[in-house]
Amino acid sequence: MLNVYNILETIRMIQDECLDIRTITMGISLLDCIDTDIDKACEKVYNKIVSKAGNLVKTGQQIETEYGIPIVNKRISVTPIAILAAACPDSDTVKFAKTLQRAADTCGVNFIGGYSALVHKGFSAGDMALIKSIPEALDVTQNICSSVNIGSTKSGINMDAVKLMGQIVKEAAIKTADRDCIGPAKLVVFCNAVEDNPFMAGAFHGVGEPDCEIHVGVSGPGVVRAALTKYPDASINEIADIIKKTAFKITRMGQLVGARASELLGVPFGIVDLSLAPTPAIGDSVAHILEEMGLEMCGTHGTTACLAMLNDAVKKGGVMASSTVGGLSGAFIPVSEDAGMIDAAVAGVLSLEKLEAMTAVCSVGLDMIVVPGEITPETISAIIADEAAIGMVNSKTTAVRLIPAIGKKEGDTLEFGGLLGSGPVMPIRDKSPAKFINRGGRIPAPMQSLKN
Amino acid sequence: MRAVVTVIGKDTVGILHKVSGICAEYNVNVIEVTQSVLQDMFAMIMLVDITDIKGDFSELVGRMTALGTELGLSIHTMHEDIFNSMHSI
Repeated sequence: MLNVYNILETIRMIQDECLDIRTITMGISLLDCIDTDIDKACEKVYNKIVSKAGNLVKTGQQIETEYGIPIVNKRISVTPIAILAAACPDSDTVKFAKTLQRAADTCGVNFIGGYSALVHKGFSAGDMALIKSIPEALDVTQNICSSVNIGSTKSGINMDAVKLMGQIVKEAAIKTADRDCIGPAKLVVFCNAVEDNPFMAGAFHGVGEPDCEIHVGVSGPGVVRAALTKYPDASINEIADIIKKTAFKITRMGQLVGARASELLGVPFGIVDLSLAPTPAIGDSVAHILEEMGLEMCGTHGTTACLAMLNDAVKKGGVMASSTVGGLSGAFIPVSEDAGMIDAAVAGVLSLEKLEAMTAVCSVGLDMIVVPGEITPETISAIIADEAAIGMVNSKTTAVRLIPAIGKKEGDTLEFGGLLGSGPVMPIRDKSPAKFINRGGRIPAPMQSLKN
Repeated sequence: MRAVVTVIGKDTVGILHKVSGICAEYNVNVIEVTQSVLQDMFAMIMLVDITDIKGDFSELVGRMTALGTELGLSIHTMHEDIFNSMHSI
């Protein structure tokens, strides 16, 4: 039964605490668009996306009005394009990216993810062509996101791919240096990538997924922080309970919106991603939740423990609120997209090393971190390898989204604007890992027993 | 199907009249009204039946929001499912 307190609480969450649905993402399989003639394949890709997602934005807006909750992004994820490129590896793979951009423009969506390749054990036909085309693809398009999976717990880490991705990230930054190096902000390097992720830049539609489905990613760091503010003297297990209850409510929104979108679009409901996704807006920061728990500033000693508890509580609360949970599920820590993280990085309290430790206990990885422009491709590769090792050994998804700030050094800032925010250039170690990276080969898959 | 209209802001003459007037225009039946005035702050929650609504629900939402802007009040019109799903298992 409805009561006044509950009604006002919901309105306050939306109005004052930045509660929103971060994204509804339609996953579309492009396996039936494969063709040896790239032009024919592109035409099929365009037609399929437009036929499936033509009404996605309109439907999203209708749900926003119906429930009075903002849906910030409407997005599409597609089958990793490398699979399509495999049929025509000698053609210009960038044509696929341009086609996706055309489809994004027609549908009016914010992003299409899936300019991707899965190479955790090795490169098959199409993978190499696609990966090498990533810098150009990100340069000539605006709304296309790319990802490459270079490792997994079951297969180890493909160090040849790690080496290559260091070069690709750097090249993507150089190509877009005139636009605040936006290229690599749309490129994620994964270990243990998930197939039903609704969040960018790492979304793609896995081959085990149905032809078309709807995923939802929720947000709400502001709501969690506001809930904690009311209990300044609560013990940690009381805090965990408050977070669980709040996460439950947030996730219920996602479940409701996903179910409604699925009904209106006539497409099966995929998953709700139980996430705490920050934005640069004031009051929408994951770092501020950690600070509310009792840290003077995010990044100081104790941050990893607070984040571990937060991440776990979000999952525990969310999992009962939704019938199907998936995606990346957990707290995100993208530095440039989180006002509290930005402040902590500027103050020098939050370091790359601390972020790396944090990624061992939270949702994704080293996300939206701006590094000096003179960083070598080998160092980027080594950072990717470190992060992938954490994911591989701990059987979790980890990712790297680094932005080399071409022409800038420590103390400078890159401004992306919008949801991507702005990032201070963070310091890196100056000793070279080049010999390790240039060895190539594969890090074997880790033991799954003797867990110490 | 039911929706919840909430009105929060400074009390003035005729708020209830104007809000329920719009409801009547759209053939939306008012089921329940809770309202309180604390000092000069007005808070009203109205449960309405939108099963036989004339026209589009989004149009009604737009009209209510516009009325809110006109009167300097915050008026939200939301499907009741959002409250039910958030606050009950």
